[in-house]
Amino acid sequence: MCRHNSFIVRASLVACLLLLLPVFSIGSLKQGDRMPDLASYKLEGRLPEKLQGRVVLLDFWASWCGPCKLSFPAMEKLNQEYEKKGLTIVAVSVDEKRENMERFLKEMKVSFPTVRDAQQKLVAATDVQAMPTSFLIDRTGKVRFVHDGFHGDQTVKKYHEEIKQLLKEGGR
Amino acid sequence: MKTFTNPATDSMPHAAKLFLVIALLLSATGCAVVKPWQRETLADAIMQPDRDPMGSGLIDHVYFSREAASGGRSVGGGGCGCN
Repeated sequence: MCRHNSFIVRASLVACLLLLLPVFSIGSLKQGDRMPDLASYKLEGRLPEKLQGRVVLLDFWASWCGPCKLSFPAMEKLNQEYEKKGLTIVAVSVDEKRENMERFLKEMKVSFPTVRDAQQKLVAATDVQAMPTSFLIDRTGKVRFVHDGFHGDQTVKKYHEEIKQLLKEGGR
Repeated sequence: MKTFTNPATDSMPHAAKLFLVIALLLSATGCAVVKPWQRETLADAIMQPDRDPMGSGLIDHVYFSREAASGGRSVGGGGCGCN
């Protein structure tokens, strides 16, 4: 191959790699990782006082996301059923405008705590791949299950199975 | 032993190569990955190409009349990265 062509090929490859650089996610939250310290992210709203020793469903949602709207009634039912048994649902809104979140919550009326990641630092740290994304965290604070998106009954069925399993497991 | 050389290679000065690399690198700055949580604006109804069914129907009719072909302009998903 002549040198001229090889130079262009090499330069193009370098440019392509640079283009792809932002696609690769670094430091996403995955199964087996520790739950991030939510208090350190300056979230708007009140976090539950006690998360230690509880099974936590950490859900990232937005008012503009259709499947999130479908997931809320299902999560409310989960909260009603499992809260006293040891489940805590924390819904983290990634809405840029607080009024959008408030309008959504006014319509949905849920009993589980909802906070807003106004600076979008927590969601960036977890690097979710879809909206909504939820993480099921066991009593020891370890991420055990990740749900990308909400797929109706299929997701709800999995939630029930996984929550029951995690509630059965011992704590610290 | 005489090796093959391309006249184009020899005629390409270093400055031109450097310019080419810089141009390629600059082209990379125009690209950005929109993360799923950053798609609020993209998820807005105004961003949907088919938000007005009657308007879409008229455009399709004009397209079909001109091109003798139809379809092939839809894409999957609403842009919000949902599911």
